[in-house]
Amino acid sequence: MRKGIIVEPTERLSIDQIKLIDRASVEILEEIGLFCSNEEALEIFNSNGAKIETAKEGSLVKIPEKILRDAIEKAPEHVLLGARDPENQLPLDAMVPRVYYVSGAEANELLEYRDGSFHRKHGKMADLADSAHLAEHLDNLDAFIRNVNIQNEEVTDENKDVLKFFLSLDNCTKHVMAGLTRGDSLDEVLALASHVAGGEEELRNNPLISFICCMVKSPLQFVDDTTSTLIAVARSGMPLVTSSSPQGGSTAPITEEGMLAQINSEILAGIVLSQMVRPGTPVLYGSVPTRARLDDLLDSYALPEFGQYNVGCVQLARYYRIPCYSTAGVADSKIPGVQAAMEKLLSYLYVTASGPQYLHYAFGLLNHTATFCPLQAVLDDAQIDIVKRILWQPTITDERVRDAIQQIQQVMGSSTRLFARHIRKSMRAGEVYPGYPFGSKGDEDETIEKAAQRLEKIRGLEKKTMEPSIRERIIKDIKGLHIIKEKGL
Amino acid sequence: MSEILENIKTMVIQGKPTQEDEGYDDGLIGKPGVVELTESALEDSIPPKEILDAFSDAMEEVGRKYDEQEYFIPDMLASAEAVGSAMEILEPYLLQAGTEMKEVFVIATVKGDLHDIGKNIVSLMLKGAGYRVRDLGSDVGADSICDTVEQEDASFIGLSALLTSTMQEMSVIIQELESRGIRKKVKVLVGGAPLSAEFAEKIGADAYCEDAFEALKTTEELR
Repeated sequence: MRKGIIVEPTERLSIDQIKLIDRASVEILEEIGLFCSNEEALEIFNSNGAKIETAKEGSLVKIPEKILRDAIEKAPEHVLLGARDPENQLPLDAMVPRVYYVSGAEANELLEYRDGSFHRKHGKMADLADSAHLAEHLDNLDAFIRNVNIQNEEVTDENKDVLKFFLSLDNCTKHVMAGLTRGDSLDEVLALASHVAGGEEELRNNPLISFICCMVKSPLQFVDDTTSTLIAVARSGMPLVTSSSPQGGSTAPITEEGMLAQINSEILAGIVLSQMVRPGTPVLYGSVPTRARLDDLLDSYALPEFGQYNVGCVQLARYYRIPCYSTAGVADSKIPGVQAAMEKLLSYLYVTASGPQYLHYAFGLLNHTATFCPLQAVLDDAQIDIVKRILWQPTITDERVRDAIQQIQQVMGSSTRLFARHIRKSMRAGEVYPGYPFGSKGDEDETIEKAAQRLEKIRGLEKKTMEPSIRERIIKDIKGLHIIKEKGL
Repeated sequence: MSEILENIKTMVIQGKPTQEDEGYDDGLIGKPGVVELTESALEDSIPPKEILDAFSDAMEEVGRKYDEQEYFIPDMLASAEAVGSAMEILEPYLLQAGTEMKEVFVIATVKGDLHDIGKNIVSLMLKGAGYRVRDLGSDVGADSICDTVEQEDASFIGLSALLTSTMQEMSVIIQELESRGIRKKVKVLVGGAPLSAEFAEKIGADAYCEDAFEALKTTEELR
């Protein structure tokens, strides 16, 4: 398993405040309800005791408290996310604040640094393969969510899902997660993953892929196609995220209590559906609350309220004993630089401190998630390293205090009275931060150039592609993957 | 190369001056350090020059590891300290054997100033590079420094100060060297947070060194 970082969780909300939000969500689910146009979901809700009412705009699902509580009880506290390399598995425990960092988004734009300047383009299959390879080699990246929207001419809605899962799995041995463009491609994707895992049972034991289901459009509306996907994924028994991303100020209240009450209702509604379909479905509480900017109403992931919303959600997930999929590390800035660094570092630090199990959007995202920049991902890896070290739990013990006194005594008896030589043991034990890798001692800021050099070095590292015979068989057996060979990938 | 010289090199690279030093490798706890090994080598009648060469080879390896970012400053200092400690034992043997050694380097924090961290680091680095360092400590006046230069036939002086009020003392020391007629015999290197190359030039020093690495590099260049 990967180590991640265990933190002493920051508790922003008191238990009384959490209970107030919980009560508000119960009231929203019982009395306001969610619009739902998905017939299958309406049938499932209806047959499991939820109330279906007909309103002017369509059907409304209202979930009684008892049904909500039953579903929360059925949702597992422990969820295993598998990996091609079992060393990279992520055992998520809702009650252990061990944070794993994950990439994310499906950015339409790719920002590359070349010849001293940044260049924008649409992402292609080769770029996703490159990004997955980069993810393999970033030390602090624990799982890969596809972050490049593949926009080759040959990519269609029919083959997009198998292509993105194949390219991710082929270039990264860590856990792979994605949303499905089409719910009906689930069977092909699962067949692909079974091949990689070594069989269907092996895939169940080592679920090396999982699915993001954004089943709700805020405020409080089940989306037809993604709700179908949620139902299909839940039936398969694979891990899934019930994700909601309301924007405080436009699609949700801007106040902390309003945002939390609504997003909590939306996420819980998805969890209820998943547990109605298949009790015990491994599910992550997927919270992606953002705040509207006041100048252009775009999603901001960098304003102070963003951190507050997200920390509140982490606490709510812990209250329900469900592993939390949270959010940090997206800049409003369109390019790497001072603004991006400031925006990212603040959310990494605050949201990590609250102890979510699965922190996504953490690598390379700029421009409100519209842009993925590989060089920024390298910079982010270094920032996350700093954050992890800041939040390490103290290791003070009686034995270590005795050692410290002995060290002070030794140095006091030396001619130089320097502690420098004693750094070495701590340094080699990984206890001492070696220094920002992209810093400069001179008057010039060399951060971008140094990160670019690091990126090029990583790009030259070994590709850990699948075993050739398995790879060949997958490309032959899974419909839509022939393009891989045509593209020379 | 004999086994004992190989062990000396290993322990210099490990930065382990003495047996009791814990080092960073638990596998070496309790094993003899550079000091004990140097004593054993001398008892075994290994020529002092060969021991000195082993120090030099090992420090080159330490430098290489530093360049390749396998080692950091604490490693360099630990290795330099190990060599420095052993040099105190080896130096009389080298002198007796007439072995050519590096020059005497007198170093001090100037009068009125007690800040000696930087000076200590430079001192360690110079010892590690094989210079015969005479570290006079901190709050040292012009007379004491000039006396030592004369007595030890020193070729270099390193002066350190952290305060704008005390750095003026460096000028007093250079004037004292002039008045004793020994200014041309020694190269004067100055350093410390408030100093600059302009200040060094103004007081008639030979070089301003921004950090310990530059001090060592400048010394090598001025030899």
